[in-house]
Amino acid sequence: MADAAAAFGITLKTLREDLSVLWMCGMPGLTPGDLIDIDMDAVDGEGVIHLSNADYLTRPLRLSADEALALVLALRTLREIAGPGKRDAVDRALKKLEAAAGNMPATDQATVAVTAARDDIQARVNDGLQRGKRLDLTYDVASRAETTRRMVDPLRVFVLDGYGYLEAWCYSAKALRTFRLDRIAAVEVTSVDVAPHEVQLKDLSTGWFEALKDAPLVTLDVQPSAAWIAEYYPTEAVTTRPGGGLIVSLHVTDPAWLRSLLLRLQGGARVLSPEGAGDSAAEAAREALDQYAVLLGTTAGV
Amino acid sequence: MAPRKTERILNLTICLLVSGRYLPKSRIREAVEGYHNLSDAAFERTFERDKDELRSLGVPIEVGSFDPLFDDEPGYRILSSEFALPTIDLDAEEAAVVGVAARVWRHANMAESTRSAIAKLRAAGVEPDASQLASLEPSVRASEPGFEMLWNAVLDRARVSFTYRDGSPRTLEPWGLTSFKGRWYVIGRDVDRTATRMFKLSRMTDLPRRVSRAGSYQVPADLDLRSLARSLAPREPTETAVLAIRTGKAPALARRGEPATSDVTLPAGFAVYAVGFGDLHSAAEEITQYAADVVVLEPAELRELVVRGLTAVAESVRAA
Repeated sequence: MADAAAAFGITLKTLREDLSVLWMCGMPGLTPGDLIDIDMDAVDGEGVIHLSNADYLTRPLRLSADEALALVLALRTLREIAGPGKRDAVDRALKKLEAAAGNMPATDQATVAVTAARDDIQARVNDGLQRGKRLDLTYDVASRAETTRRMVDPLRVFVLDGYGYLEAWCYSAKALRTFRLDRIAAVEVTSVDVAPHEVQLKDLSTGWFEALKDAPLVTLDVQPSAAWIAEYYPTEAVTTRPGGGLIVSLHVTDPAWLRSLLLRLQGGARVLSPEGAGDSAAEAAREALDQYAVLLGTTAGV
Repeated sequence: MAPRKTERILNLTICLLVSGRYLPKSRIREAVEGYHNLSDAAFERTFERDKDELRSLGVPIEVGSFDPLFDDEPGYRILSSEFALPTIDLDAEEAAVVGVAARVWRHANMAESTRSAIAKLRAAGVEPDASQLASLEPSVRASEPGFEMLWNAVLDRARVSFTYRDGSPRTLEPWGLTSFKGRWYVIGRDVDRTATRMFKLSRMTDLPRRVSRAGSYQVPADLDLRSLARSLAPREPTETAVLAIRTGKAPALARRGEPATSDVTLPAGFAVYAVGFGDLHSAAEEITQYAADVVVLEPAELRELVVRGLTAVAESVRAA
């Protein structure tokens, strides 16, 4: 009973109720000899299911279109971070499942794109992860726009919202860090075993918003041209302005990230609060303009 | 499902499965106890609903009438070869990846669909064991309110109506769903505009509603959802920019480029790269974020866009 309930993800009570329905079913005619026979004493006593007189139901039902597509999509998402080693196994499993699904509607009716690592990098990350070896990681830090090198103990590779990540204990930060797989420039598997770390891995169900909720809040006045940021980043509040445009509040962990966002939006967003949060972007822009003037004789406002 | 309905549907299934030949509706009504106390009209309705329900559960009900005894009435049967999951033989490695797949969906009903698929595979002898791949955790979310409805509409081939962000009412024959950067899109034929269209679920301003029966249209046989999805991705580079990049900075740009030369005299610590780009405006936005760490040498129109962007940032803060 316990195994059956676990396999179907239901409670023992629900399973008992389902069995008592099944007991009323059987061949047309529904005389006792036609009905499916379940030993309810064994169910209630030893917690074991003895089922007989159902020779026509010995095989499981084929997968429904919904089940097949849900499973295929899950496997294809795994495929993106499986690395060359396990990708073959995913492909073989997909092929067998698609064959078993038979004359189903095409399982191509839904796709998930995942941005992950190059094959050689994925292979090394997964190797370090499986054998429990420390990694020597060369990583592009987007917000600081530079490459860093650090030693990390790999703990998990995950996919969230279309990107693959490595979650690892970082010896430079002395903390748990998350690295986007497509920004790993190089990685070597060292011969050092990973050390135990007391850390809480990220809960993937809540997305990025939960992880950000304690970070300082920044409010931006956003032009229609930059309104995509309200959909793209986790926001705390979004209000529409009468003339078009938005007021967007979002949590910012890293001031350098805000600076590069404001620059990227090219004036499409202005900081409303906290005061001064946009200053470093403006300074960086002025510094860049001065440099253009010196190098190329370009003046601001061309 | 209510117990009485479960009982009726299961008895209907067994009845159609064991008969071995097409059964006319009148026979089915006699044989399945759940239909006994219904008026003619109620029986017709209930029987139609039960058939739809069984089909959506993946039970293949065939309609035919070549039995000479009932030649003017359609008959129904379930072939056990079509009903049962075919033998599926997964090796340990394949079973392990299926085990990982079991925990991918972060959406209650999709997780449930995966779980019931795996329960069937277990019953067929597959032993999914994800423990050897415990540190791989792919996840797929679908937080858009319209997702589940559209997923079912795609599977059933049912038309849907919704309001899009521009305020326009749309009627769509949904062909498929695709997720890009974690956002779901639906692709299909826009009935009013008679054209292929793609809509972002998060930009629908109301919940999509079904406006047709299941099986109302055909999906193009040559539909290639993945290439349609790729059209969402950044365009392939078609032009080349010459950039001066400060050493160690803007690594994503530098790595995409090839070393190049320039006549411009640069300060120490800069190197010149030729970097491909597809769209002028996206390239300008990307480059502007690096401020003084990247200098656009060529082409002039890209440099102008970057300088204009920098000027706007410098002024927007001053104005605040």
